[in-house]
Amino acid sequence: MALSCHDLVSIDDLTDSDIAILLESAATYSDVSERVIKKVPALRGRTIVNLFLEPSTRTRSSFEIAGKRLSADVINISGSGSSLKKGESLKDMAKTIEALRVDAVVIRHWAAGAARKLAEQIAPPVINAGDGSHEHPTQALLDALTISNSLGTVAGKQVAIIGDICHSRVARSLLALLGRLGAKVTVVAPPMWLPQGIEKLGCTVSYSLDDVLDSMDVLYLLRIQKERLATGVYSTEEYARSYCLNRERLGRADPDCLVMHPGPINRGVEVAADVADGSQSLITTQVSNGLAVRMAVFYQMLGDVAS
Amino acid sequence: MSGKIHIKNGRVVDPGSGRDVVADLLIEGGKIVESFSKRGREQVIDAAGLIIAPGLIDMHVHLREPGREDTETIASGTAAAALGGFTTIVCMPNTSPTIDNRAVAEYVQGRAALTPIDVKVVGAITVGLKGERLAEMAEMSAAGVVGFSDDGRPVSDSAVMRAALEYSLALGRPIISHAEDLNLSGAGVANEGDVATRLGLAGIPAEAEIAMVARDIILAEMTGARLHITHVSTAGATELIRSAKAKGLAVTADCTPHHLALTDTLLAGYDPNLKMNPPLRTEFDREALVSGVLDGTFDAIASDHAPHAAHEKELEFESAPFGTIGLQSTLPAVWTHVIGADERGLQRGLAALTCGPAAVLGLECGSLAVGKTADVTVIDPKAKVKVDANMLVSRSLNSAFMGQDLVGSAVHVVKAGKLIVKEGDLL
Repeated sequence: MALSCHDLVSIDDLTDSDIAILLESAATYSDVSERVIKKVPALRGRTIVNLFLEPSTRTRSSFEIAGKRLSADVINISGSGSSLKKGESLKDMAKTIEALRVDAVVIRHWAAGAARKLAEQIAPPVINAGDGSHEHPTQALLDALTISNSLGTVAGKQVAIIGDICHSRVARSLLALLGRLGAKVTVVAPPMWLPQGIEKLGCTVSYSLDDVLDSMDVLYLLRIQKERLATGVYSTEEYARSYCLNRERLGRADPDCLVMHPGPINRGVEVAADVADGSQSLITTQVSNGLAVRMAVFYQMLGDVAS
Repeated sequence: MSGKIHIKNGRVVDPGSGRDVVADLLIEGGKIVESFSKRGREQVIDAAGLIIAPGLIDMHVHLREPGREDTETIASGTAAAALGGFTTIVCMPNTSPTIDNRAVAEYVQGRAALTPIDVKVVGAITVGLKGERLAEMAEMSAAGVVGFSDDGRPVSDSAVMRAALEYSLALGRPIISHAEDLNLSGAGVANEGDVATRLGLAGIPAEAEIAMVARDIILAEMTGARLHITHVSTAGATELIRSAKAKGLAVTADCTPHHLALTDTLLAGYDPNLKMNPPLRTEFDREALVSGVLDGTFDAIASDHAPHAAHEKELEFESAPFGTIGLQSTLPAVWTHVIGADERGLQRGLAALTCGPAAVLGLECGSLAVGKTADVTVIDPKAKVKVDANMLVSRSLNSAFMGQDLVGSAVHVVKAGKLIVKEGDLL
């Protein structure tokens, strides 16, 4: 069975069956990374471009390794800043990539909507690795896989997403995907970090981590952008006091409650060091699952199954 | 120069006088006349089934000359205006250099004199639109500017705005306010609300406009000056203007065809042609604006025609400049979305494009009374218009209505007794 979508820009691009295929296929691909020879020939002769126009090490490496483990040739193109300043527009980049006859483009971009715009302009599939504050669908997929592997299912689970919801593409993709899979999501943040109408994306809203702690199956912490706090009106220390997941707070949660974070973490801001390293933390499992999910995405979108 | 024109069998709608009859309109010597003075050849236009209206007035247009002639010139902008049914347009001062002194104002006026329509000039309130020191408003007033505005930017400093309003009392010209609290707008690019939230776009709250309109009305009351709020986009600001008028303050306002026709739900495709400031708002706001036109809260509908080069509008939504063109889509959009088949809509919609803006700016035009300069627009209320690159003559194609099918457009346009558009073609 092949995916119904040509591009993966938003969780909404995926049907329920697509989601099931990707999560199932990811489970098989996690085995590849456990072997001595961590490579299968599935995408031999295919070329994948990692177009990263915003700094990223983790996500870019994850996509790169995923492609290489499937034997694809992976080329990284990076840059930053606005195309206005750089003098090369997304349109010109799209034309260049098109002319290079690549088989897929992974794009990370600082602007919301950039992945969609690229997808409209080029023939090969586009995979969104994060566009501004819009979406980051593979992150949501790997998180769903992680929850499902640990708790047996996502359906019916209580998930709190804690942090700067306003600027989070991870939160938007997670809300869409976890909602589809039947989880009950609560977003937790100081009110000024909750965008207008967020409840219409299918979640309940809380201003207090302490109020919701004890009813959660998953505590999902978002990375706090210190640069943003530095220029904002709100103090990092104040945030940490109210929202940092420390040992004391975790002690009030269900003992089986999972701790997740998309990384990279700010120890002592959104999560205390001992909690991040503790037994309930799945932070490194998320990284491993990210690789499996991205292999699944590449294979399902580019492999024989797709043609 | 202009001979005799006989427009026959049309429905004459002159919102300023309330006249609405099927009648012939006679034009001679550049004026509207009761009867022709002498025998002789006359140009006959059959207007059966058509509406004969005063020449339309657009009180908010950005012509990019001087400075960005690659995106629009006074010549190309006025050609678009004439085809759109406008015989008078008013251009904003955010050119490069800024129209903040008499020399630049007179340069624009000189260039405009070569075009087939009237171009009135708005001078800047502050030097370089910086919001700091008043421009030489009296000098510009003497040169014939019709109002003052820092449009594109608000005058954020309340003391500077107060001074501008006070000074305008001596000059008899209105202050035209782009009302926006820049701190509240921040880095916003779309209406703050669930659509922007879903798309991950930074929001511009309605309150950025409402709060500044409230301040401006308070200052207008304090000074007694004439204040005009331009491109109103929110229900909240509409209500504030309605109550200011009810109080008898000298406050007037306009809104745009795009805010009357379109909403933020269209942003799902991140089309930069739909990015403008103020942003497209919600259906609730849109309906409030339409009501505001129908009850006369809005004196004018103005295009806020804002040309931008293709390479600028092809950027990411967040980087692309704000603005849509509108000279050729204003009448069709208003006809389609405000007027429709509604008789009250017809009177109010046409008033907002004719006598309404004329009254705001103290212009002589906008009327079909005998003895007036013959500025006439003949409208086919059933004509289908598809907004596309073929019909647009502007140097820029950044239309928020691109691809839309609209109904109602100008077929003939007479400027000062001279036929300048015939059967939809510029003569």
